[in-house]
Amino acid sequence: MNFPVTSSPHIHSRENTSRIMADVCIALLPALVVGVLQNGSRTLTVTLTSILTAVACEGLFRLLTRKHNTLPDLSAVVTGLLLAMTLPAAVPYWVAALGAAFAVLVTKGLCGGLGQNPFNPALAGRALLMLVFPVYLTRYPAPGTMLPLGSTADVVTSATPLHSMQMPALPENSLLDLLLGRTGGYVGEVSALALLLGGAYLVYRKVISPRIPLCYVGTVAVLTLLFHKTDSALSWMLCSVFSGGLLLGAIFMATDYASAPVTPMGQMIYGALCGLLTVVFRYTGLYPEGVTYAILLSNAAAPLIDRWTAPVRFGTQEGGQTE
Amino acid sequence: MRHLFSGGVHPADGKALTAEAPLQTVPAPDQVVIPLRQHIGAPCQSLVQVGDHVCMGQKIGDGEGLCVPVHASVSGTVTAIGPMPHPGGGTVPAITIRNDHQDTPAPFTPCPDPENLTAEELVRIIREAGVVGMGGATFPTNVKAGGAVGKIDTLIINACECEPYITSDDLLLQTRPEDVLKGVRLLRNALQPKDTVIAVEDNKPKATAALQAHLSGFEGIRIQVLPTRYPQGAEKQLILAITGRQVPPGKLPGDVACAVFNVHTSAAVYDAVYEGKPVIRRIVSVTGEAVAHPQNFLVPVGTSFAHLIAAAGGLKDAGRIISGGPMMGFAQASADVPVVKGTGSILCLPGARTVEHPTCIRCGKCVEVCPMHLLPVYLNTACQSRDLASLDRLHLTDCMECGCCAYICPGHLPLVETFRAGKKAMKEANK
Repeated sequence: MNFPVTSSPHIHSRENTSRIMADVCIALLPALVVGVLQNGSRTLTVTLTSILTAVACEGLFRLLTRKHNTLPDLSAVVTGLLLAMTLPAAVPYWVAALGAAFAVLVTKGLCGGLGQNPFNPALAGRALLMLVFPVYLTRYPAPGTMLPLGSTADVVTSATPLHSMQMPALPENSLLDLLLGRTGGYVGEVSALALLLGGAYLVYRKVISPRIPLCYVGTVAVLTLLFHKTDSALSWMLCSVFSGGLLLGAIFMATDYASAPVTPMGQMIYGALCGLLTVVFRYTGLYPEGVTYAILLSNAAAPLIDRWTAPVRFGTQEGGQTE
Repeated sequence: MRHLFSGGVHPADGKALTAEAPLQTVPAPDQVVIPLRQHIGAPCQSLVQVGDHVCMGQKIGDGEGLCVPVHASVSGTVTAIGPMPHPGGGTVPAITIRNDHQDTPAPFTPCPDPENLTAEELVRIIREAGVVGMGGATFPTNVKAGGAVGKIDTLIINACECEPYITSDDLLLQTRPEDVLKGVRLLRNALQPKDTVIAVEDNKPKATAALQAHLSGFEGIRIQVLPTRYPQGAEKQLILAITGRQVPPGKLPGDVACAVFNVHTSAAVYDAVYEGKPVIRRIVSVTGEAVAHPQNFLVPVGTSFAHLIAAAGGLKDAGRIISGGPMMGFAQASADVPVVKGTGSILCLPGARTVEHPTCIRCGKCVEVCPMHLLPVYLNTACQSRDLASLDRLHLTDCMECGCCAYICPGHLPLVETFRAGKKAMKEANK
C-alpha cells in the first residue's frame, strides 16, 4: 500500500486567510452599527455598494486575467467594507463604486493581487476620490439625520470635530460624544469606542499585533500633547486621538498586512511614522484630516523599514561565548 | 532568571492519545531489517553473511570513521543483505534476519564498576553498544561525548519531547526513571560538568514526578521544567532556556560549553554500561488519529512499521504514515520500513487537506513564530526568484526546518519545502 509523501510539517494550525478576513469584517461591525444608528439605512446601502463593487471587480479581474477565483478568501469584501468606512454616508453610490473599483482593480489587482499591493487598496481608493471628487467626500450629514436612500443633494451638512480643531479650537462635542459617535464624520470613524472594541477583538484573535496601532496612536498622543493648540493640552490630545479617522486608520488601515512592515521593530517604527505624518498633515495641510496620506506615505516606506529592522540573528546577540 | 526563546507555536499536542497508554510489547516479528546506517556518518560494513545464524545483541555491522556498529535485535538467520527502504528516506544497505523466536542472547558483559569508569572507557563502551542520539538526530554518542570531555560546564538531558503526539520519552521516564538517572550520572562522571540538567516540558507531570521520586542519591543532577512550546526541545532553543547562551550560527553546543543528550540516549548509555546491552530495542509511540488503538510499544529495532500498525489495531483511515513527529517527521511512502534507533514514533494521520492555491498575504505570522529570528516571508520570495544573494543575506542556512512558519501560515505556503529547495540551490551554487 502506498501512502502520500508530503513535506513536513504534517499538521497545520487553524489559521487561514478567509478566517482572518472574516474576523476583520466582524471587528468592523460595531463601527458600522454606530454609522447606521447615526444616519439610517443609507449607511448600509453605501457600504453594500462598495462591497459588491469590490467583489464584482475582483471576480471580473481574476476571470479576465485567467487566474483562479479568489472570492472565497473574502479579501475583496474587506477592501469594499474598509473603503465604505472612510466615506460619508451621504456620498453618491457611484462615487463609492468608483472608489471600490479603483481599489480592487488598480491598487490590488494590477500590483499582483492579494499580498502584493504596496499600498492599502481602500485608502488608495479613498485618496483618488478625495483628489477627484472632494466635494462629495466632505459633505458630512449631521449626526442623527436619517438620510434618504436616493439623492442626498439637499441634505444639511455639518462640521466635524476636526473642522473645529483646524480653527484651532476644541470641538463642541464632549469626549463622551466622540467615544460614542455622536458627531459628524465618515461611516465608520465616528465612534471611538466601537473602533476600540473592534481593535480589541482583532488583537484577541491574533489577527493583528497591537504594535502598529499603539505606536501610531501613542505618537499622535505625545505630539499633540507637546504641541497643543488650545489651553488644555490634555483635552486637545484626547480630542485629537478620538476624532477623525485616527483610530480607524491605526487599527484597520495601517495594519493592512501587505502594505505594512513584518518585523516587530519595523512595525513600531512604521506606527510612529504614521503618527508623525498624521500630526504634520493635520497641523499644516489643507484638509483637517491627514490619516489617509500619512498611511499611504508610510506604506511606501514599509519595505525599507523591514530591511533596516531585520531581527538580530539568533546566536549573534548575547551569550555564545564560553566562560 | 529564565531565558526563553522567542517565537515558537503551540500545536494541539495529541499526546493524550498515548500519554496514559501503558508500555506494551508486541508479538515478536517474524523478521527484522537492520539498516547498516542508523546514525549520521558512514554506513557499517556487514560482519555476517547470508545464511549465518546470529544471536540477539550480536554485532552484525561496523565500520571506520564516523560510524557506530549495529546489532541483531533478535536471534535467527540472516536471509538477505542489500539495499532496503529507510524511514529517513531513500534506501540503505540492510541485513534482514529471520527471527527464530528463541531470543538466544549474545553474551552481555555488564561493566563491573560503573561508577568508576574513565571517560575513555565509557566512550569505548557506548560506541561498541551502538549508542546514537535517539531523539532522531542519530549523531554517534561516543563522538559527541568524547568531544565534550573537559570542555563543557553544562550537561543537558533533553526530555522536552516538544513534538506533538510522541510520548516515548514520557513513557521511558515513567517506566525507567532510575535507569535514566544512572545513565545521566555516567555521562556526568565522564564529562565533569558544573551543572547537569534534565529538561522536561510541563505537559509531562508524571514523568517529572517519577524522576523527582528517584532523584535523591543522584548528587548534582537537577530537573528543570520548561513551559510547553514547540520547538523547546530544539538543541539551540534548549541551551538558551537552560543557560541563557545562544549557540552562534554554524556553531555547535560545545562552542558554548554545553552538551545535549536525548533522554533515550542516557537510558541507552545505562543499558550499555550496567547491562552490557547494545541498542536493540526502543520505545515507539504508534499514534495519530488514523490508527485504531494508539499505543506505546517496546520493540526490537528493525521491526517493520506495518507490523506495529497492525499491533495497534490497524489503520482506521487510509491517511499518511510519518516517521517521527508531525512537525519534523518524514512521511513514508510505504509501511514496509523498519524502526531504527532514532524512531520515536510512527504517526498515522488522516489524509492531507490539500490547499490548491497557497498565497502569501504577508501577514508576518511566520516572522513572529520563527525561533531562529529569520524572515520566512522574505526568504520565500527570494527562494521563488532563486535570488541566492538575498538568501545569503537573510541567513537561510540558519533555518532548522522546525516547521513553525509553515504550521502557522494562513496562506498555507509550503515554506519548509521551499526552504529545503533554496538550501539545495545555495549548496549547488557554492560547489
